Amino acid sequence: MLSSSEQGNTINTTGRGGSTTNLPAYAVFIPIPQAKRKHFSPMDVALKSPATSFFQLNKKPDTRSFIRFPCHRLAVPSTRFTPMAAVSTTQTVGLSETFTRLKKQGKVAFIPYITAGDPDLSTTAEALKVLDSCGSDIIELGAPYSDPLADGPVIQAAATRSLARGTNFNAIISMLKEVVPQLSCPLALFSYYNPILKRGVKKFMYTVKEVGVHGLVVPDVPLEETELLRKEAAENGIELVLLTTPTTPTARMKAIVEAAEGFVYLVSSVGVTGARTSVSDRVKTLLQDIKKASTKPVAVGFGISTPEHVKQVAGWGADGVIVGSAMVKLLAEAKSPEEGLKELESFTKSLKAALE
Amino acid sequence: MATVPTTGTTFCGSALRKPYVCAKFPFRFHPFSSYSSKPTAVSCTIADRALRMDNGSSNSTLLQRPDSFGRFGKFGGKYVPETLMHALSELESAFHSLASDHDFQKELNAILKDYVGRESPLYFAERLTEHYKRPNGEGPHIYLKREDLNHTGAHKINNAVGQALLAKRLGKNRIIAETGAGQHGVATATVCARFGLQCVIYMGAQDMERQALNVFRMRLLGAEVRAVHAGTATLKDATSEAIRDWVTNVETTHYILGSVAGPHPYPMMVREFHAVIGKETRKQALEKWGGKPDVLVACVGGGSNAMGLFHEFVDDRDVRMIGVEAAGFGLDSGKHAATLTKGEVGVLHGAMSYLLQDEDGQIIEPHSISAGLDYPGVGPEHSYLKDSGRAEYYNVTDEEALEAFKRLSRLEGIIPALETSHAVAYLEQLCPTLPNGTKVVLNCSGRGDKDVHTAIKHLQI
Repeated sequence: MLSSSEQGNTINTTGRGGSTTNLPAYAVFIPIPQAKRKHFSPMDVALKSPATSFFQLNKKPDTRSFIRFPCHRLAVPSTRFTPMAAVSTTQTVGLSETFTRLKKQGKVAFIPYITAGDPDLSTTAEALKVLDSCGSDIIELGAPYSDPLADGPVIQAAATRSLARGTNFNAIISMLKEVVPQLSCPLALFSYYNPILKRGVKKFMYTVKEVGVHGLVVPDVPLEETELLRKEAAENGIELVLLTTPTTPTARMKAIVEAAEGFVYLVSSVGVTGARTSVSDRVKTLLQDIKKASTKPVAVGFGISTPEHVKQVAGWGADGVIVGSAMVKLLAEAKSPEEGLKELESFTKSLKAALE
Repeated sequence: MATVPTTGTTFCGSALRKPYVCAKFPFRFHPFSSYSSKPTAVSCTIADRALRMDNGSSNSTLLQRPDSFGRFGKFGGKYVPETLMHALSELESAFHSLASDHDFQKELNAILKDYVGRESPLYFAERLTEHYKRPNGEGPHIYLKREDLNHTGAHKINNAVGQALLAKRLGKNRIIAETGAGQHGVATATVCARFGLQCVIYMGAQDMERQALNVFRMRLLGAEVRAVHAGTATLKDATSEAIRDWVTNVETTHYILGSVAGPHPYPMMVREFHAVIGKETRKQALEKWGGKPDVLVACVGGGSNAMGLFHEFVDDRDVRMIGVEAAGFGLDSGKHAATLTKGEVGVLHGAMSYLLQDEDGQIIEPHSISAGLDYPGVGPEHSYLKDSGRAEYYNVTDEEALEAFKRLSRLEGIIPALETSHAVAYLEQLCPTLPNGTKVVLNCSGRGDKDVHTAIKHLQI
């Protein structure tokens, strides 16, 4: 029988068509009739809580578009059997646990990144679900920032557009509150340091934990300055991912890897985010060096944008592959948000297939 | 020649373990007192200052500026992507090793003298002083430190020259820089031409429009000027873009940051390259009136000219230090750049410091009529000096600055930069409060030729 608790949106739907997943012992495969399946429709949210709905943020009412994506089309591909995982009252497992599980299965994690609020938060909400249903193992969500030092033109532009639409932290949190319970994979937030400081590190960690975020990546805080972040993250059960790069000397890399939680983020190249034509084969050596130093999982990011890249990096021994700008670009250049989500779905599937 | 300081000596002297005795120069050494064959030892002077600090500066909290982590109290640090961390520590080591490098010091001093035109005069502003005399004939004596007379017309060249030499030492032939008004860009393009280095300057697209003349100058000097359209297309975005370029090209490129902001070691390095301003001032004050300045006044954008003047005197508690920021349209208008007055502590461009931000921690676009003060952050050392009470910070509006621009032109025949005009404007509020004979030294950080187009729009002459 299904064990469920009706505390708001605590039932997770998993849409991993085809792939076997280790489900908890109490989970039972029960096909849920259409009528009882929990849909997330933007209209529902807008009607239920107009005062706090993140949709209210849209400052141009004439361009407001409620995405009418029937969830079942994406979350439950009709050709596949959809297991309904009945989960406990807590939501998804964290980053490290996810990697542990995947390792047992001999799999490499697929980790997409998108910027919150581009083209708008309702599309982001849908995109998160698309990414989840297409088999992402962890999803990175970027909070837009006015001065993103580590980001190239694609993500910079996404951030600028998002901020221009009025996206702010509270709106992102509202959206996550609704969406995270519907995701089967854990979410890691990607944020620069100043917005965290402004909120107060303690309060920030508590707030994101409340909505079910599992991990955090802060690209402009070097190891020396992470003490406060690590302390508050630990107290709130948030895994603080740390980055190492091709310019990081070995001794420093070891210290970083030692302190990292969730996974180690290996930046593939000397530069900022943005698709590149090829992935440097320095990554292979760097992966080997890190693995000599630690058994923690390593995910490679920056520049990876094609199934070929994904396959190559996985072949070199990465435990996870992160794809960001390519995803953001898709959504940005699509003729409409709906088109963008469709393209996102097929792109994600092609990348995920490269890991099969 | 004086022996070198012990290893681990930083230019600010905080890491010295044992007192360094400058055997040949028991008195305070004046690096620019003569340009004869006597080798000038800037390193000796720096160690000398460290000696004084070790021997009982009354305020121990001001000793570590910065500490080994690059912090001034809680401010400063290195908040940059991991890719840059190694380059920053390389830069720091290189800079420290130059303290003992006589060839470097010699080369730097020669360029400062023959190319930049140092030492800059300390000029007694007779008519300005007269202007502030009270009815009973009492009033302060106002001196102008003439950084406007340097090559390229501002203090910016001091740092550009030092860093260009440093870059060459590091074997980096590509230079990048950010610029707001264009003065730092022009200074960087100038030194790159002088040293044969490839030069790329990032400038906000908006700024390029308002400072078209400086854009032309940079291109004429052989630099590539790249427009930055991201964000608000102004100085803060140009800085972010320069940092991104550096992240990408760190192995071949040196980033000449234009002010005492940014990640450690930049605030310290840029300060040290400008510290010659204060050092000369001490010597010149001694020569002119046999004492020290009583009050130092300088405009503050990022804070480089102010730190250059102040640094020498930070440990002289009887010297008052005043920084003047831009209040734009007024503090309550929301259109200003008065970071130290209206900002909050946060992290921008690699340093923890006061900055202008909104409730979400997004950096907001400041406003000032002077592009050089139009920066939403401020150097971390200024944040520290403010919080520790060592320096005072005020602000003046665009209007007041324009009045001062006219006033100095009319009273002394010196057209100041609009940035400098802010410091000059503050004299209106300051001078009535000063006892008779107070010696005020104002850093005349730049000349105003570059600002005539802006002035024409606003002033009815």
